[in-house]
Amino acid sequence: MARDGGVTWRRTEKIDRFNLSATDTAEEVHVLAVDDSLVDRKVIERLLRISSCKVTAVDSGIRALQFLGLDEEKSSNGFNDLKVDLIITDYCMPGMTGYELLKKVKESSTFREIPVVIMSSENVLTRIDRCLKEGAEDFIVKPVKLSDVKRIKDYTTREFRVGEKQGPRKRKQRDSFDLSSSPPSILSSSSSPESQSPCPSPPSIPSASALDSPTRRLKMTSSE
Amino acid sequence: MDLVQLQRQLVDYRTSLYHEGFLDEQFTQLKELQDENNPDFVVEVVSLFFEDSERLLNELSKALEQQVIDFKRIDAHVHQFKGSSSSIGAQRVQKLCIVFRNFCEAQNVEGCLKCLQQVKHEYSIVKTKLESMFQLERQILNAGGSVPV
Repeated sequence: MARDGGVTWRRTEKIDRFNLSATDTAEEVHVLAVDDSLVDRKVIERLLRISSCKVTAVDSGIRALQFLGLDEEKSSNGFNDLKVDLIITDYCMPGMTGYELLKKVKESSTFREIPVVIMSSENVLTRIDRCLKEGAEDFIVKPVKLSDVKRIKDYTTREFRVGEKQGPRKRKQRDSFDLSSSPPSILSSSSSPESQSPCPSPPSIPSASALDSPTRRLKMTSSE
Repeated sequence: MDLVQLQRQLVDYRTSLYHEGFLDEQFTQLKELQDENNPDFVVEVVSLFFEDSERLLNELSKALEQQVIDFKRIDAHVHQFKGSSSSIGAQRVQKLCIVFRNFCEAQNVEGCLKCLQQVKHEYSIVKTKLESMFQLERQILNAGGSVPV
């Protein structure tokens, strides 16, 4: 669950960290890790750092999109040099699920080439299949181990990132469009619910797949 | 107690925690992520786990005291607890959470209440044991020794 007040601090901390190490960003893989669990964020961050990756850890899909600059309201503010080479996200999160985040990334002409890996504590075949069909590179069953991280690092070779390879995975055929100019209703594209074991989430926190006011409350675009 | 005795005591204690199912291989994985540059990693993660768990147990207690039980909310909290306990290797707590979730799905209040008691109990045991283990480690370090792997 996200902690109130944690985000502002975290962003500032990330700013400082990246300013300090700006000179050596070039060669290191930069991973954006998304997980609402504080414990899991700490662990994944360490797993990635020990594997020589730079890490930005955020606690929700929304924050991930903000960091990427896909949320028009809080744009990237000059983080453009901090290219994200890989996104690793938890599946079950309140608000926007990892699946919904995956879709948003793959729908973006700017970011669709970033490999996305999904993590989940639940080993559900339909869930795994859905994610892979939507363009996820891999699906890791939690708890995440060092061997998992070593494996996914391979997805971030420059050759892969440039997008020369078109994987056999089926990706949605969409015209590329700039996500930041799309209306809130784009979130309705993730309206098909899982038939088995949907993500448990406290009912008071609205799912991002809802069509109206919860979406507005999340302030995805500046058209408020 | 001299250093060698302390170190032996730690190894025995740690072994027993695995043997009795309090900890599983995920805890070992966490230890492997600790090094001279991050000597407190395990303690830090486990401390986060303690904070998070206390919050979740509070939420669960409150939720089960309500007039109208919100099973979805309870299930969501238990799911989180299951996740975090799994991430640090607290095996007994994790297994209880699975049972707990089954009772949530069945909307069985009695079952949930019983599980809450059990999970609180198991959590407090593993917390005490981990704290004892960390204390042993500190004693070894203070005595100028190194913590056996």
